[in-house]
Amino acid sequence: MTTVAGGTGSAGRDTAGTAERAEEAADAFLTAFDAAVAADERIEPRDWMPDAYRATLVRQMAQHAHSEIIGMQPEANWITRAPSLRRKAILMAKVQDEAGHGLYLYSAAETLGTGRDELLDKLHAGRQKYSSIFNYPTLTWADVGAIGWLVDGAAITNQVPLCRCSYGPYARAMIRICKEESFHQRQGFELLMSLSKGTPEQHAMAQDAVDRWWWPSLMMFGPPDDESAHSAQSMAWKIKRFSNDELRQRFVDICVPQAAALGLTLPDPALRWNEEKGGHDYGAIDWAEFQAVLKGNGPCNEERIAQRRAAHEEGAWVRDAAAAYAAKHAADRDGKVAA
Amino acid sequence: MVLSHRLGEWAGHAPVLEEEVALANIALDLLGQARTLLSLAGDEDELAYLREERAFRNVQLVEQPNGDFAHTMIRQLYFSAYQLPLYRELASGRGPFAPLAAKAVKEVEYHLDHARQWTLRLGDGTEESHERAQRACDALWRFTGELFRPVEGLEVDPAALEAEWLQSVEDVLRRATLRVPERPRAGGWAAGAGRQGLHTEPFGRMLAEMQHLHRSHPGATW
Repeated sequence: MTTVAGGTGSAGRDTAGTAERAEEAADAFLTAFDAAVAADERIEPRDWMPDAYRATLVRQMAQHAHSEIIGMQPEANWITRAPSLRRKAILMAKVQDEAGHGLYLYSAAETLGTGRDELLDKLHAGRQKYSSIFNYPTLTWADVGAIGWLVDGAAITNQVPLCRCSYGPYARAMIRICKEESFHQRQGFELLMSLSKGTPEQHAMAQDAVDRWWWPSLMMFGPPDDESAHSAQSMAWKIKRFSNDELRQRFVDICVPQAAALGLTLPDPALRWNEEKGGHDYGAIDWAEFQAVLKGNGPCNEERIAQRRAAHEEGAWVRDAAAAYAAKHAADRDGKVAA
Repeated sequence: MVLSHRLGEWAGHAPVLEEEVALANIALDLLGQARTLLSLAGDEDELAYLREERAFRNVQLVEQPNGDFAHTMIRQLYFSAYQLPLYRELASGRGPFAPLAAKAVKEVEYHLDHARQWTLRLGDGTEESHERAQRACDALWRFTGELFRPVEGLEVDPAALEAEWLQSVEDVLRRATLRVPERPRAGGWAAGAGRQGLHTEPFGRMLAEMQHLHRSHPGATW
């Protein structure tokens, strides 16, 4: 969308007319914005956008970026114990990708006029959220595979539609991220496959991990549609393209045959094919648990934030050093440019 | 492999996100080099996971715990400044390590540049960062003598690399306003018998963590 740029306009001299003209201009901006969204055009950083649209995007993108950063922890927990050098390399690469995804997303969020430092401060203060899933512990090596298969799988189901999100920088970040996430998901599946086809102990380890991660993964799609505070507006703005429950259903339908291929079961006795709706029925999600985790009372909420804060606080002197060095040597650089 | 493991311990703990990426990147490069090297000698996982402490031949420098960020960066500076001329030399020869070294040279150039840039920033940053960097330089200095002792089966005599190493390290330390440690590098009893399988105490604990899962499932594939 380029039709309505900037929008400072020329200031009128008579104040009565100014207010009127400003109102007209705002209406024109809103009309153009709505038309651009309706026409599936991308909104770009310099375009006018409603304040609430901007705020919703900042909230969602920050939460997404934070999830990548906090999401490094449960997996990094196993880097030093990975059982083969190949698996260790894959896991390191994955955790590195997640840091990279966090960086893309913070950059995308910064196009909306916020700053990475500000967002991180809010994360550390508990004022912005991250995905509830990362408050569960990784207790065995198989959890690394379950995270790849289920958690990344759920993330991809959520994120692929975001590649068509109305806000251009977010959509473009998601295209890059989804490519890498799909790769991680396949690696997670393959890890579980190796365990499932391995020794009886390895198979049991894989099953136990799937049993523990299945329900939290379904919770990643957010509350049911009738309780989702932001859904309707986000869909109208084409930030979201599908409802929470639609995406959750899609994910269940994808996972059932994959679990069968893995030779593992999903921990839900109510799970069965429903011919009529052309999808699987599944059991009730424990929304009380979901709410508890969101409110900070999950198994690892405190540890995750504490580690994040500690890394930030203990790294302060390093960031200070880099800043002091840059300031000292700014003159050298200017000198070089001048010469 | 050992240094890669140590860098892997940083994941999720780095001072800035960019360093999460950089440290993991270096760790991955080093792990890749280790896998190629171990595969030349046998089965990489058997060698990594089923040897005991006394059978490991790594230099003691790389097994040193991470400490603070300065400690990690100075350890990296000392080691990368050693790896670079070594791999250049190996890459120019026709020995069994030439292909590995040729690929690794490009990676190590990046590692050394990264370590140098941080040495400058920490040494010539704030008072605190300067002090921390100096402490790291001093503490790790005694492990550098070992780098230049002869290694059996290696076509390059590491002693021949020492002058270049010293010049490269001294140059960056001076620019970083850090004092080059004066103690003789080869002196001091701890300075270097890793190649003979004599390690420092933290190494056994590192291996216990690294090998635990693999050893708990004998014969399993992953």
